Amino acid sequence: MRPVRFNINKKPVNLTDSVMMADMPPGHSGEGFFATQLSHVVGLARKNSIWPLPFATSCCGIEFMATMASHYDLARFGSERLGFSPRQCDLLMVMGTISKKMAPVLKQVYLQMAEPRWVLSVGACASSGGIFDTYSVLQGIDQVIPVDVYVPGCPPRPEGIIDGILKIQNIIQNEDVRRRSSPVYQKLMQEYNIQ
Amino acid sequence: MVITNDELQKQLEEKFGADILTFVKPSDRLSCIAPKSYNLKILQLLFDHYNFKFLNDLTAVHYPDNIGGELAVVYHISNLQDKVYFRLTVFTSIGEPDVFTATQLFSAANWMERETYDFFGVQFIGHPNLKRILNVEEMTYYPMRKEYPLEDQTRKDKDDQMFGR
Repeated sequence: MRPVRFNINKKPVNLTDSVMMADMPPGHSGEGFFATQLSHVVGLARKNSIWPLPFATSCCGIEFMATMASHYDLARFGSERLGFSPRQCDLLMVMGTISKKMAPVLKQVYLQMAEPRWVLSVGACASSGGIFDTYSVLQGIDQVIPVDVYVPGCPPRPEGIIDGILKIQNIIQNEDVRRRSSPVYQKLMQEYNIQ
Repeated sequence: MVITNDELQKQLEEKFGADILTFVKPSDRLSCIAPKSYNLKILQLLFDHYNFKFLNDLTAVHYPDNIGGELAVVYHISNLQDKVYFRLTVFTSIGEPDVFTATQLFSAANWMERETYDFFGVQFIGHPNLKRILNVEEMTYYPMRKEYPLEDQTRKDKDDQMFGR
């Protein structure tokens, strides 16, 4: 048997520690009741049930496939179900080079998603155009759609993508339920010509 | 009868005159530089009489220093039966980049001429649908011309010091 970390240092089986439970939101509890803010409950529910929409165009998409698969297992974070219809999804994951000709398609996919929606830009190309500093490539998807979290790397490792997902979860959890109708958000949308 | 490069050159010189055609032979492929108004006549002759029925490639090259003939339109054609290849180059000025279309002769020229128009701005007279094919339609310039830098000029966050512009 080849000595690797797993058979030299046996990991003690401890189900109570290895199963991650969502923390209870702050609130008042008594006998038979628990009172908290609606936004906390909604945030908790949304955070742990993200449906990602993968928009994978190049090598970052390959890293995303590794992230999805059993070794890194995005399902551990409540994103078991990838939707391939924008109507069903909450999180648009843009992975890869977006050419200028692709930009209207990306924007349409974003518009087809229902609020609330978040955008994760994975990799140098999606975030800034990357090495493709050229006439045909969109220099960052934030020129056409608003982005919540950028993951750096060329391509980023699956750990990086998972870190991005955790950052998105953090945003989702702490977001006010009325944020999407706030003047700041409306102004942001108007900057992108989204009504 | 398999036609050789030398015979082909002789035939073309007899037909069009040796003074207007320049022949070069950088490899085993005969290459001819002709005035741009002769492009269709030469292609038609080769198509009809010498069985050059296949258009391998059609593209352009920009030579900014070649005043009066900045754009070279290059046709690569083949006689697939005899395995003879031929390259025709016509030069046109960048101010008036009008060249006759070869779409009547080769259907494949339709796509290639649109691409050449897209990247070099060569106006192919008589092309049925001469519009951009690979770049976004809003693009206002011809990106493969040498006066346009490769980089996207619209962005402001990459400065000269860091990115060697």
